[in-house]
Amino acid sequence: MRFARRFFSRPTALIGFALFAAIALVALLAPVIFARGPFSIVGMPLLPPGAPGLLAGSDVLGRDMAVGLAYGARISLLVGIASTLFAVGIGVLLGAVAGYYGGLVDDLLMRVTEFFQIIPSFVLLMVLVAFLQPSLGSTVIGIALVTWPQVARVVRGEFLSLRNREFVQAARTLGESDARIIFTQILPNALPPIVVVSSMMVGSAILTESALSFLGLGDPNLLSWGSMIGGARSAMWVAWWTTVLPGLSIMVTVLALNFIGDGLNDALNPRRRG
Amino acid sequence: MNRLQFIAMRLVKTALVTVAVVVLSFFLIRLAPGDAATVMAGQSGYADEAFMKNLRAEYGLDQPLPVQLAKYLGAVAHGDLGTSYVRRQPVLAVILERLPNTLLLDAFALVVAIAGGVWLGGIAARKPGSWGDAAVTVLAMLFYAVPQFWLGMMAVLVFAVWLAWLPPFGIETMGADFTGMARLGDIAQHMILPGMTLALYFLASYARLTRTAMLEVADADFVKTARAKGISERQVARRHILRNALIPLVTYAGLQASILVGGSVLVENVFSWPGIGTLAYDAVTARDNPLLLGIFIITAILVSLFNLLTDIAYSIADPRVELGR
Repeated sequence: MRFARRFFSRPTALIGFALFAAIALVALLAPVIFARGPFSIVGMPLLPPGAPGLLAGSDVLGRDMAVGLAYGARISLLVGIASTLFAVGIGVLLGAVAGYYGGLVDDLLMRVTEFFQIIPSFVLLMVLVAFLQPSLGSTVIGIALVTWPQVARVVRGEFLSLRNREFVQAARTLGESDARIIFTQILPNALPPIVVVSSMMVGSAILTESALSFLGLGDPNLLSWGSMIGGARSAMWVAWWTTVLPGLSIMVTVLALNFIGDGLNDALNPRRRG
Repeated sequence: MNRLQFIAMRLVKTALVTVAVVVLSFFLIRLAPGDAATVMAGQSGYADEAFMKNLRAEYGLDQPLPVQLAKYLGAVAHGDLGTSYVRRQPVLAVILERLPNTLLLDAFALVVAIAGGVWLGGIAARKPGSWGDAAVTVLAMLFYAVPQFWLGMMAVLVFAVWLAWLPPFGIETMGADFTGMARLGDIAQHMILPGMTLALYFLASYARLTRTAMLEVADADFVKTARAKGISERQVARRHILRNALIPLVTYAGLQASILVGGSVLVENVFSWPGIGTLAYDAVTARDNPLLLGIFIITAILVSLFNLLTDIAYSIADPRVELGR
């Protein structure tokens, strides 16, 4: 309860949470709210928002923009959350091992992390997705593969500072196995910063997915906010809503997630406030 | 460790990163379905078992993996990044032809971002909690949430379509055949929109960083000493606080270089800027894998070289820097 009070005491966290809940609801209920799928053609192309039956207008091919935006939310949230979970999985495992054992394993892992910081990760991601063939799966895997080092760094740092605490030494004295100590003793104590980092990663994964789809590297069978913008490039000049609305959707979603991240940071790490 | 040793260490590290990039690329090739032989066979429209076998032998694809890796490393070391499927030219030549345009755009964006960021950050730090301070925070928040490519499109919509102040795309006016200063002016005009789009995200982060660094330095002993000596507040801010606050910015610029490259791929595509970002897009749509991979290798090497330079600059700029690790 104290956590919730602290989290919601920040107005931006409250706004972020409300926005995110609304977007998630639309994403979940898209097939219930709209009878037609995002690819079905409903009328003349490029009808402005407010045209009969078209809340957000129609796109280049005469598809309902509102349906596209709702289904786009599904892709964005799915990719954002799935790739983050995947990255957190890899990052926690490797970061925990590096921080717990230290020494050579740790050195090696830190070099890998530095390597990922130096190389242009978006170009690497383009290579990964293009070579694996663009699909929802390759997008999720690709984003996870270029972002896990962020998590690994945080987890390693936490493990380094916790590994010689008394409760860990106690567990060791009791003869608990390393794996048990890592997952049941240290990890629960290292969770707050992991949660904060992951919440920020969801937002940046959504931005990355939109950039990939914009470049035509998204799943060709799915309509996402990024591919809506990419597909409307030629129409931008005459029909602003075809690019403005999906872009605003991305911005609001990422903003909401960043607000939540800031709120979590405040609520979970009171020491680091300010 | 003295400075020369430090620089030598960093050189070795940069070389290792380069080798690691090439090794990674070697394994990335294997992610793509089929190998070079199937691609070439597909292009020639003719493939039986014997033909494929000959092709694989010719390109060494039938040899053990370590041998292939060694050959690949050797080839890249000699500047051979393969042949672009589509352009039928050496990948390196294709990339080098486009590279200056990208470097121009990125350098412009970096200068704008650092100059603007330091200026805004300075304003924010002078009066924490003020209106200007809050504005910097809000701007940074917005720029972190906006897709850069979309920001570029909105800039085109506003400044090129509605206001018609600036050209919407390209690097110079097609068919105008300007020369000398007129041409430079034309290119500069074309650079404003993509350059600013690329710069804004980084400008926001530099502003925040400058603000934090200046507030930290403001409490340092040497600043108190300067004040005690009776130097004007303006001089203290410029000479003592700002100068020292700038040092972390140098390292930050190095760390951000990889993100800058990613951003410029997108921004170039929005503005049809003829650099390696648009080239990467062409490579993706044409499934020109050697070209795409070559772009990854070259940009990775350039970014690690840039990091080397910023590290050396940092070691010279800050006498306190510990040259360990």
